Amino acid sequence: MIGIQSYGAYIPPTRLSFASMAGRPAVEDGPEKAVAWNDEDSVTMAVAAALNCLRGLGREEIDGLFFASTTYPFMEKQGASLIARALDLPRSLRTADYTGSLRAGLSALRGALDAVAAGSARKVLVVASDCRMAAPRSALEMNFGDGAAAFLISADGVIASLESSHAIAEEILDFWRSEGDPYVHTWEDRFVIQEGYLPQMVEALQGLLHASGTTLTDYAKVMLCAPDKRSHGTAARALKLDPTRIQDPLFGKLGSAGAAFAGLQLAAALESAAPGDRLLLASHGDGAEAASFEVGAAIAKLPARRGVSWHLARRRAVPSYDHYLKARGLHPSEWTKGSDPGLSATIHYRERDADLSFCGQRCNACGTVQFPAQRVCDSCFAKDDFARLRLSDKVGKVVTYTFDYFFPTPDPPTVVTISEIEGARIHLQLVDCPPEQVAIDMPIEPTFRRIHDVGGRPNYFWKGIPLPEDA
Amino acid sequence: MRKDAIRDKVSIIGVGCCQFGENWDQSPSDMIVDAAYEAYADAGIENPQAQIDAVFTGSIYSNKGPHECSDALKLFNKPVTMVSNYCATGTDAFRCGVMAVACGAYDTVLVLGYDKPKDRGVSGPSVMMDGVRDLPKTPAGWFSLCAATYFKKYGASRDDLARIAIKNHHNGTLAPRSFLKREITLEDYKKARLISWPFGVYDCAAQTDGAAAAIITRSDLAKNLRDDHVLVKAVSVQAGPNPQREPGNDFLSWKPTASTAAEAYAQAGIADPRAEIGIAQVHDCFSLTELLSYEDLGFCEKGSAKEHIASGYFELDGELPVNTDGGLKSFGHPTGATGVRMIYENVLQLQGRAEKRQIANPKLALSHNIGGHPTACGVAIIGLP
Repeated sequence: MIGIQSYGAYIPPTRLSFASMAGRPAVEDGPEKAVAWNDEDSVTMAVAAALNCLRGLGREEIDGLFFASTTYPFMEKQGASLIARALDLPRSLRTADYTGSLRAGLSALRGALDAVAAGSARKVLVVASDCRMAAPRSALEMNFGDGAAAFLISADGVIASLESSHAIAEEILDFWRSEGDPYVHTWEDRFVIQEGYLPQMVEALQGLLHASGTTLTDYAKVMLCAPDKRSHGTAARALKLDPTRIQDPLFGKLGSAGAAFAGLQLAAALESAAPGDRLLLASHGDGAEAASFEVGAAIAKLPARRGVSWHLARRRAVPSYDHYLKARGLHPSEWTKGSDPGLSATIHYRERDADLSFCGQRCNACGTVQFPAQRVCDSCFAKDDFARLRLSDKVGKVVTYTFDYFFPTPDPPTVVTISEIEGARIHLQLVDCPPEQVAIDMPIEPTFRRIHDVGGRPNYFWKGIPLPEDA
Repeated sequence: MRKDAIRDKVSIIGVGCCQFGENWDQSPSDMIVDAAYEAYADAGIENPQAQIDAVFTGSIYSNKGPHECSDALKLFNKPVTMVSNYCATGTDAFRCGVMAVACGAYDTVLVLGYDKPKDRGVSGPSVMMDGVRDLPKTPAGWFSLCAATYFKKYGASRDDLARIAIKNHHNGTLAPRSFLKREITLEDYKKARLISWPFGVYDCAAQTDGAAAAIITRSDLAKNLRDDHVLVKAVSVQAGPNPQREPGNDFLSWKPTASTAAEAYAQAGIADPRAEIGIAQVHDCFSLTELLSYEDLGFCEKGSAKEHIASGYFELDGELPVNTDGGLKSFGHPTGATGVRMIYENVLQLQGRAEKRQIANPKLALSHNIGGHPTACGVAIIGLP
């Protein structure tokens, strides 16, 4: 039986209200969408979702990582290998990026299921993540939301097994983004729904139902990706779906999450699924793709995941639309990116174990943990006698702190700490934490973030976030 | 260093200092010439090319090495050495010069510290983006890391820091060569924008251009040159561990200060610094650095700086005046020059030449630098014969 062994999600806590996009004062419990903040992108969200998926599980058996996104920052240079480094996955690893289409997430998932089914991989981690941008104050802007979902695909410990799948391909200019353009564009909405979205989704779903000999009433939850709330409703009506069987697409809370949307809906459905439930998932984009799963008994044994509802419960309202523009680098006051060559590629390469994998070392002679790796021990001065130690999955605490008003950020100050993780003292920024909540000894956990864009490239390192109470 | 390696063997016979400030129309060479020629005049040196045997210079911004100094002063066919040691650069250049004289290698040495940070186009602190770890990289961010911990343990606050800033602004108004000559009030202090909590603008040193010089010679030769030559009692420079990474660091002090001062007191034969030191120039890169140094230099018990600040202990008319010329805060902080500028001020004070800021009859004067994360510390003690 091949299927999903574990899952995790990530939704940025920063939420932009529809009211502020429309230039109105925010209303309590009004519609909003999740937006990646200035130190987040499709890579950092992918790492966060993957860490949530792998929480409590070993990483040694993972031999594949597929990454799906339409917003990975590089045109040439793989995202999957960067994410694998941040996750400190084994070096012997098959990696691939799935991109170019909103259904890249489901395509990656099916690719992983096929690889494991074929026996060419044992455990494949699939991570889908997107933070698409629409032109500021455009009609599209309210529809998009940011997030990531991760699944561990395996032949054992499966909580939901793949039953059936079907895909169709279509050539249509409904949504597109050209090279060098930060914004997604679309054709007239009626054309998009009538020719792009609706017929393709229906055809993919009907293909699956036909092939598997099932009907929509066989499924406990039907998850429909859609570009917006209206399209979703149109598809549900066309399929004559029983409203109780429709997975909440979270418009007004999360938004249409691009290549991660299918995964986020699947993760949300798995949170409340019971053994024996059948789940049906459909995703669109240059055609459409559908897959069905049967939930197994093992789901009862999987410890609680940080999934969709966990993240939706943690929110921080973006103070103003101006803050959003600054966070996305769209504000006219933002620094123009100079022609500097950026950080040295050789230093980036040499330091990848520290900067990306967040690995320090434990002295074999005296046990002192230190970060970054030293040749001579900070405590006992033993030379070259250390064991590598991953710190990204450990809990730490704040030793001391300051608030920096100069580091470029959309909402200063930057909270800077000396934090202690496993005894190692680390100069670490603290995020998702208002300054007034920072305290000596407060527990924190590491999070992978985009630390700056020197050289016109994203540069990544770890920061701290307050340890969630139910961690 | 061996305790008796330098004590009373070397004397300062001349000091000089250029006008500190944003010296837009001055090159490093201009400032080097101003400082050195004032020191020559003070020492009675009329033919430096013949009378100076070696030069020790300090700078952290120069990328030209010691040759900026030799070329400016036309001091050729003799050794010119540059020292770079964070904010202890000036004191370390002085230490190297003192050792060279004490060991008998040279009779007369020029020590010259200088820096020209204002050619970089950066106002105040700059965020160095040369890596992805340890960000933000700003001195204010590093030196503020003792605040949360110290405030929590000893109950101090920004009000105590304000007194230090107000004092140093006042003292700066009395020093002709200082950059800032402006009194500030508690209200000014509280209204200032924050740089890195708890530091506002008035907690931070003024980064300026500047150069300062000292001419040193063997004490037995100095006696014949002037009666009020100033004896070098001790110079100690130490490196400490990076406090940000140091396992178990309590962030209640910058540790190299106490250990470097202990070595200097041993060299100078000082048992009770609080009673014996008459005046001190203390590294006030940030107000909290000065506060911590009061304690770590042994001027008061750990945790008692607050009470001493409140009583005016370190003010010009207090028991132990600190930063009589306005310190880094007001006089300015051209990194490589600062340690030598402090020696310049201490020499003027010991010789009774400090005019409006002159304190009564100091016998022993201390200067102190701490810099880097901070890891680099220097302490010099000088006194009248």
